[in-house]
Parts: sequence; structure tokens; C-alpha cells
Amino acid sequence: MNENVIVSDPPSAGPLMHEDLELLHEVALLTPGDSHLEMCIQCGTCGGSCPSGSAMDHTPRAIFAMLRAGMREEVMKSNTPWMCVSCYYCTVRCPQDIHITDVMYTLKNMALKSKMFQDTTASDFSKTFISYVENYGRSFEIGLAGIHNVTHLRLAVRLPNMVPMALGMLTKKGMSPLPPKRIKGMNDLKKILKRAKELEAA
Amino acid sequence: MSEYLFYPGCSMESSAKAYYHSVMSVCNALDIKLNEIEDWNCCGATEYLSLDVTPAYALIARNLALAEKQANGSKTVVAPCSACYLNLSKADHYMHENKAFGEKINTALAAGGLHYDPGELIVRHLLDVIINEVGMDKVKEKVIKPLTGLRVAPYIGCMLPRPDYNNRYSDSEHPFELDDLLKALGAEVIDFPLKTACCGGHMTQIGPDTAFELIRRLISSADDYKADVMVALCPMCQMNLDAFQGQMNGYFHTNYKMPILFFTQLMGLAFGEKPENLGFGSEFVSAHEAMKRIGVQTPLPQDSKPAPKKPAGLPMPPLRERVGQKSTTGNEEASE
Repeated sequence: MNENVIVSDPPSAGPLMHEDLELLHEVALLTPGDSHLEMCIQCGTCGGSCPSGSAMDHTPRAIFAMLRAGMREEVMKSNTPWMCVSCYYCTVRCPQDIHITDVMYTLKNMALKSKMFQDTTASDFSKTFISYVENYGRSFEIGLAGIHNVTHLRLAVRLPNMVPMALGMLTKKGMSPLPPKRIKGMNDLKKILKRAKELEAA
Repeated sequence: MSEYLFYPGCSMESSAKAYYHSVMSVCNALDIKLNEIEDWNCCGATEYLSLDVTPAYALIARNLALAEKQANGSKTVVAPCSACYLNLSKADHYMHENKAFGEKINTALAAGGLHYDPGELIVRHLLDVIINEVGMDKVKEKVIKPLTGLRVAPYIGCMLPRPDYNNRYSDSEHPFELDDLLKALGAEVIDFPLKTACCGGHMTQIGPDTAFELIRRLISSADDYKADVMVALCPMCQMNLDAFQGQMNGYFHTNYKMPILFFTQLMGLAFGEKPENLGFGSEFVSAHEAMKRIGVQTPLPQDSKPAPKKPAGLPMPPLRERVGQKSTTGNEEASE
């Protein structure tokens, strides 16, 4: 039995890893600016600094190890980037200056395109938010919160608490329940976004 | 009189009108002229970046392109919202740092007849402008009603001191700019350890359990230090800490009543402006009691009187949390 085991170098020996680094490079390439992603030393400062780390299925450190190991499916299915609150603690504390928050945005982009991610609560929220921006040029907080909470069962259970809050938004804060006024350059903005989407796909 | 290009951001016209009115009042007092960017659009907050990076940056850059076109004398864009500020600053930074990326975004902008030269504008948050451009001397000069005796928790939040592409803040985790400003107004500033901790951001809509814990940490810390009020400088932070404070109390069975104000509301008061003109009374957790202690009469929340009637006519459960909060807080005060 034992003589059949092929003894090879440990996986850290450079050339053997070359193919696996494809995923790491893909993420780095899709992130604007120099993300320094390949510089991760696995110190774990990111996970230790993360205010929403307890809600993540993998800490950011683990995600970077998984990226290096080419574990595409596991990373795409992870809720880690979706739980990121964009507080940038990890980014400023990282001893290797990795732009972790920006990498999390890239991972969200990739997960959506891969269609592997399962819980769509976070991405649905983003999509609803942006649907108003793409139509009016402005966001619409009341409409967004309304649609998002009603269409998600897990959130809908708290609707009894949300209703008095929504009323407060209208009475105390004087918010309008109507959609925002469309910006004048809406047609141009639509053209810009259409072109940007083509460029992204290219 | 100094002039700036002004990017208000969507919240200023909906959930953060108090911020808008107080910003206008304060800038008027400090001889700051704000020229609103014509036909600006939403910055996409953190949401568009989560979906599609290229359109997200194109959306932000349209504002920069419009501002550059409008720039007449001043090349500084002022944003009062932390998320708007960071997005504008980030787009400028990455378009400048990565030439190919800048060209890609400009190719998209060209479809709408626009162009932005990265590095052409300076993006700043209002706090930064007040501290570093207007200066503390001028602020002190304008204070006619010092906020003596008011204990304030200075809450800066995440996106100003981090990632801080232009090194404008004294520290990325414990900056002292807001403390200094509030001290100049005569307030007693607590040494708030969580001044740049996260308010939960959009998690109130995605993972409320996570958001409530982040909100609780901030409120309970400010409460431990016996702050009368907490000030925020971002509409999102203010909304999370103020509007969701009731739900957070319900979740943890606590009874915190920490009023969350915008820093400009306190500046306006110290400058002698009437509370009515500064958006007081629009907060969920009323600042009325806290301000009364230093002899300032601010309006009661607008629905505090008709509230008991209104929900009674609607087919929904009674406001259990609210009623509970009021009675217990009354007892606490009595026992103190």
C-alpha cells in the first residue's frame, strides 16, 4: 500500500501551485487599483478586526487562503463578502496593505456572475437599490426598504416593528413616500451605464 | 467668503433633512458658499460596487465630470455624507492611480458626452473643510451660545478616517478632529473609544442581528460614558443609531435612549441659530430632555402628541416597545 503513495514536494513549492493561482490573479485583476492580494501572509488581522466576522462562514483570512488554493466554488458560495459592512478596519490594519474591502466588492461581483451564491438577501437589496438609481438617477430609501422587507420572508417577520418606524420616517423626518424626481440627464446616464456594462463584460 | 462645489447626496433630500438644513445654516454662518453640482446623481453607496464595478465607478465619475465642468475658481467638492465622500474620493483615487482603469471609466462617460481628468478635483468631507480650511479660530469666533455642560459622544464612523486616501485625518481609528470641533463649541466631549466603529451600514436590511449588535455596542458605550447625546456626520450612521435604536432595544431588552444628532445641529445651536431651523425634533429618540438640561428648548418630536391616536386607527399591533420605553425611562429618572 505504502509504496503506491507518490511522494512529492509540499504544495507550497512554487511551480506546482502555478495553475491554482489563476483564481487569485483573476480577483486581483478585477479589483481597481493594486489590491496587493498576493501579498497575504495569513496573519488573520483582518478577521480579528471584522465587526461582522461572527456572521461570516469563513473569515477574510480563510477566504484569501482559499483563493490561493483555487477553491473557486467554495469562495463563490461563501457569505463572507456579503456580510462585509465596508468599515475598512481590515484594510487599514493589514500589514501587507491589501485592499481587503475592495477585494470583497470584487468577490461579490464574481459570485453574482457565477450564479453560485445561494442566499440572495444582500444582492437583492443591492439590486433593488440600484433599480431606482438606474431609473431616476437617485436612490429612494422608503421604496427600497418597503420592497426589500416585504419580499424577504426572513425580514418580513419583523414588519410589525418596521411599520411604526416607516410612519416615523414620514411624520418625524418628513420623508416623501413618492419616488424621487428624475435627474435631467437621465438619458445620458443610461447611455453611460450601458457602455460601462459592455466594458465590464468585455 | 470661500466657495465650494457641493455634492449633497440623496439622503439630504429625504431621511436627513435635518442635516441639510443645519449644514446650510452653519455654512452660512462661516461664510462658506456651497454651489450644488448641477443635476448630480446618486453615488451608488456601497450597493452598486457590490453588483458591477465598472458601472459603479462610471456612476460616481459622472458627478466628478459634472463638477469639473462646473468648477469656477474652486476645485474642491464638498460632501456631507461619509459614503458619498468616500465614493467620490475613491473613484478619483483609482482613476488616477490606474491609468487604464481611468480610461475605461472615461470611455463609459464619453457615451454620455462627459469626461473627467483624474486628480483634477479635490474631494473633501464637510468636517475636513471646517477643521482644515475654515479653521478652529473662526469657529470659536462664531460661538455665541457655548454648549456648556452638554456631554457629547463624538461619533465619526468608518468612511472618513478609513481608508483616507489623502491622509486628512489624525488617525484611522482614533482621530481627534471631531473632538476638537465639539470642544470649540463649549461642549464636554467624552473620550469615546468606539468613535470610528461601524454603525452596521446596510446590515439593518440584510442581517438585522448583526446590525443590532453593532448599534448596541455604540449606544451602550456612549451611555457608559454618560453622554447626553451622540453626534454623527453621516446620514446612514444617524439613521441606524437613531431610527433603529428602538428595534435594537427590543432585540436586547434594553432601554437606551441616546439622542443622535448631526454635528452641524450642535454647531448651529452654538452659533445662535434657532433649534427649529436646524431640524431638531425630527429625530426618533428625542433630544428634547438632553438639550433642556443645558437650557436649550428644542421642539418635541413632531408626532409625540398625536402618536397615541394615530396607530389606534390602523390595523396593526400596538407600539409595545415605545410604550414600554417611556414608562421605564420615567422610573429610572425618578429613582436617580
